[in-house]
Amino acid sequence: MIKLGEQTYQIEKDISIITGVSLVGRKEGEGPLAGYFDFIEKDDKMGEKTFEKGERQMFLKAISCAIRKSELKKDEIDLYVGGDLMNQLVSSNYTAEELEIPFLGLYNACATMTESLIIGSTFLESGGAKNVICATGSHFSTAERQYRYPLEFGNQRQSYAQWTVTGVGASVISSERRSKIKIKKFTIGKVTDFGICDIANMGAAMAPAAMETLNAFFKDTNTSQKDYDLIATGDLGKLGSDIFKDLMQEKGYDLETNYIDCGHMIYNIDQNTLQGGSGAGCSAVVLNSYILQKLQSKEFKNVLLISTGALMSTTVNQQGDSIPGIAHLVLLEAD
Amino acid sequence: MNRNARNQNYIAYVEKKSPKAGWFEALFHAFITGAAVCCLGQMFSDIIKAFFPMMDLLTLGGWINIIVIALTIILTGLGLFDRLAKYGGAGTFIPISGFANSIASCAIEYKKEGLVFGIGSKMFFVAGPVLVNGVAYSLVVGIIYFIIGLF
Repeated sequence: MIKLGEQTYQIEKDISIITGVSLVGRKEGEGPLAGYFDFIEKDDKMGEKTFEKGERQMFLKAISCAIRKSELKKDEIDLYVGGDLMNQLVSSNYTAEELEIPFLGLYNACATMTESLIIGSTFLESGGAKNVICATGSHFSTAERQYRYPLEFGNQRQSYAQWTVTGVGASVISSERRSKIKIKKFTIGKVTDFGICDIANMGAAMAPAAMETLNAFFKDTNTSQKDYDLIATGDLGKLGSDIFKDLMQEKGYDLETNYIDCGHMIYNIDQNTLQGGSGAGCSAVVLNSYILQKLQSKEFKNVLLISTGALMSTTVNQQGDSIPGIAHLVLLEAD
Repeated sequence: MNRNARNQNYIAYVEKKSPKAGWFEALFHAFITGAAVCCLGQMFSDIIKAFFPMMDLLTLGGWINIIVIALTIILTGLGLFDRLAKYGGAGTFIPISGFANSIASCAIEYKKEGLVFGIGSKMFFVAGPVLVNGVAYSLVVGIIYFIIGLF
């Protein structure tokens, strides 16, 4: 691995994303990306008694399917890395117990998908591991309860709020098997806090972190937005991505036609999700459906995925602290 | 630029950029639903009065409260109340329906954690602050009322 500039690393081995599986809830399955998802679950509880157990089942189903599709045996997977939004990463921990694969639990809020790809490819690059599964997800109903109000509580959301995506994305990455989709470079973001305290305005809290990371990547690699077919942020939502574009413009990069935000594109306008999707599952399911399929078909030759996380804690937020953001970037290329 | 100035600039910019809720529309929705809740209460009041003409106003008021609370809890249990509240805002929250919903929704949500530590301890998660504030403000108002009464 070679370090480029300040924050970016270049991978020297041939590391492929060999399979990607996306599993989403009903609402996401009614959105514009429905045709790209592997599973659309009608029942948000997956037949279980609680939403928390349901979220676990979603993880298990997505990961098991990803392993099956990769045609690897379970004991050939050296490592499982990933996380979710629940306290103590319960969904991932219980899934890992069921899977019996060595597990590293990660938490960078909604930036966990790219974080797990980074950790996973570092293990592959080291030569120690040959196949790694990276999976993250989130669930609207479990996140609402943990971060906001009971589901049946009648309140009005702020017009700039977002909607947590119910879904799990799982990718198997390998240095042993080959596919057309390669992980080439990554940039590890810095925790960035521009003083936003409003927990409903996550897009605004995360946009500066996304800007810092993308800016660092462009500087470290001497490239600009023109060199990439697609630049995708994780879950800034409509408002957050507008802010992000303004911030990038200040830095001299004009993001227009080749820029998307996973949160903004996962729901239709008439689905009452306000600024769009958010959550650890958001960039995970869009990566493992839309982005991988477009790379596979070579419609995109290179894609920058910048998962963005609001490192929000209701406890310290109520004590008056602002919400720090983080964003990690991964460069994917189709060979 | 130092960090504070940068943050203040950014917060001001975000404030300007964030979409504002249409307050006229919100007021209109709240007015319509709030009025509907009151009319419903009045309707039950008139019906009860027709059957029990001797009932005093205080008892009648108690019955109206019970009916509105029961209706709210049923609607909450059926998963319909939050949709109504999304439209109505303060129109459903300010009448006793809002209070009933906040308790019923918590009870449903935390049922899975058990009767004692789930429902028992978390039922007033939303309503608790309302109760505490209600009592505290009543105390202040009561003291002011008492002082004015002295003159």
